[in-house]
Amino acid sequence: MPRLNWERVVSILLIAPAVIAIAVFVYGFIGWTAYASLVKWDKLLPDFTLVGLSNYQKLFANQRFQIDLGNTVVFTVLFLISCLAIGFLLALLLDQQIRGEGIFRSIYLFPMSISFIVTGVVWRWLLNPGSPELGSTGVNLLFDMAGLGFLKTGWYTDPKIGIMAVAIAATWQMSGYTMAMYLAGLRAIPYELREAARVDGASEWQIVRRIILPLLQPVTLSAVIVLGHISLKIYDLIVSMTGPGIGFATDVPAYFMWDTTFRGNHFSRGAAIAIVLLIMVAVLIVPYLVHSIRTEAEL
Amino acid sequence: MTTQTRKLHRSIKPPFRWQRVVLYAVLVAFAVLYLMPVYVLIVTGMKSFTEVSLYQMWDLPKGLHFDSYAKAWFGSEAEGFRGLNVNFMNSVYLTIPATIISAMWGSINGYILAKWKFRGSNVLFPLLLFGMFIPYQSILIPLVQTLQKINLFGVRFYGSIPGLILAHVIYGIPITTLIFRNYYANVPTELIEAARIDGANIFGIYRYVLFPLSLPGFVVVMIWQFTSIWNDFLFAATITSNPEAQPITVGLNNLAGSYIVEWNVQMAGSLIAALPTLLVYILLGRFFLRGLMAGSLKG
Repeated sequence: MPRLNWERVVSILLIAPAVIAIAVFVYGFIGWTAYASLVKWDKLLPDFTLVGLSNYQKLFANQRFQIDLGNTVVFTVLFLISCLAIGFLLALLLDQQIRGEGIFRSIYLFPMSISFIVTGVVWRWLLNPGSPELGSTGVNLLFDMAGLGFLKTGWYTDPKIGIMAVAIAATWQMSGYTMAMYLAGLRAIPYELREAARVDGASEWQIVRRIILPLLQPVTLSAVIVLGHISLKIYDLIVSMTGPGIGFATDVPAYFMWDTTFRGNHFSRGAAIAIVLLIMVAVLIVPYLVHSIRTEAEL
Repeated sequence: MTTQTRKLHRSIKPPFRWQRVVLYAVLVAFAVLYLMPVYVLIVTGMKSFTEVSLYQMWDLPKGLHFDSYAKAWFGSEAEGFRGLNVNFMNSVYLTIPATIISAMWGSINGYILAKWKFRGSNVLFPLLLFGMFIPYQSILIPLVQTLQKINLFGVRFYGSIPGLILAHVIYGIPITTLIFRNYYANVPTELIEAARIDGANIFGIYRYVLFPLSLPGFVVVMIWQFTSIWNDFLFAATITSNPEAQPITVGLNNLAGSYIVEWNVQMAGSLIAALPTLLVYILLGRFFLRGLMAGSLKG
């Protein structure tokens, strides 16, 4: 399409503010944070004496940070597995010509629309174990009422469970999202494919394992990427549900970063944590981003 | 495959009765599980102050009482805590302008990136998108420093709602641009050629061809932005340390973190904080889902 020259200029001018804003507020600021992580700024007043990578060295030697990284791994693995499993199961069940499918779908998905702060407040009370003297509360009380008292645990108050209890609340909030993604993926698989397998004598289980799961692999990948980067960044839920916990049982890098930067004024240490977080997210996101843009360009 | 042929297939092979019963039982069980926190939220908020007890949290209320909501909304001078009314209104003043501005801006960016491709736009787009995945911790320190320095026409940006609006609009650019770009990419080029033959220029094409077709795109983007800005905690907690300017998520977190605020008041406050996004979800769930899917790059 031949275009007038002045329109070219106008088009560049129209996109320029967004490009400049992102260049400054995303890339410029990341650079600034990276620089802050290399200096000796650990009180309110900035001190830009370069100290090299020593902030990172101290950070990885820091016991709280080591616990945080461990918590992130445990949380991410649990959160991903439970979201994928529950999401896939629900999608599979909903794909069976269910009456009232819309209602079920809405119920499974509504927690997505709520703030992590609300989720945290509600689940803090639901997973509040109560005390042996005064009696059980929340889910433990429910177990008592159902005669399942042996299932009672200390939830997030038990350092051995800690972050796993937070993963329960996060799964409640996000598993509907995986359900929606899987359901959309299932609807894209031609019915004839399954029917043909059935005619060939495949069992329903074989159809799921050999046909549906492989075909849904791109959906699983998307879900892992999206849920994975949410779980690496998880912050709000920790703040409202548990805080860092006893012995940092429910602490995560994102919480440590905010705490040490804006409460402790250790700006350089906070910046170093932020850069570590950014690198973790980038390792997950960048290949995916490059891949999706490439496949899109081929179309 | 159409639903019509789907139904046809189904009618050929009538399902076993007991299997259907199990299927529905599992779906209902999950629905109950997902609704459990909502039950506690609603029931607790409606109990009178005398009947609220953690040890009877699953019991139905004996009557309808709205005292908890009143207390969460207005606060209590005697007990010394603030109500959520100021925070709620702050969130309204924050969310509405930020949503409108970022939708308009995203629409223009999407238009240019979809219909006025220039050299380098294929490189620019993923660089833009990366901005929506970054952990915001990695830009928080420079953001605070910058906002503290901005003082336009006597408006302070640090610790104020305008500062929060700025942050949300800028960090909303990637997602709003993505949704609009994918939306406009589906508008046939013939339509634009035709407008061009009729003498429309770069502005005319937007004004008379794309903008009138944009309503669904605007709905998706505005729901997305409304939900994420209303639910945001990280920016809100970092930028607004002044209680007078704090949005609802920060207000609720303060309320829930205070030992003097009763449990039922916290629950009532949670429902107040969740209500706007929950209503949007119930009324416009279809569009909400589309925004979610765009968030996973599968626009």
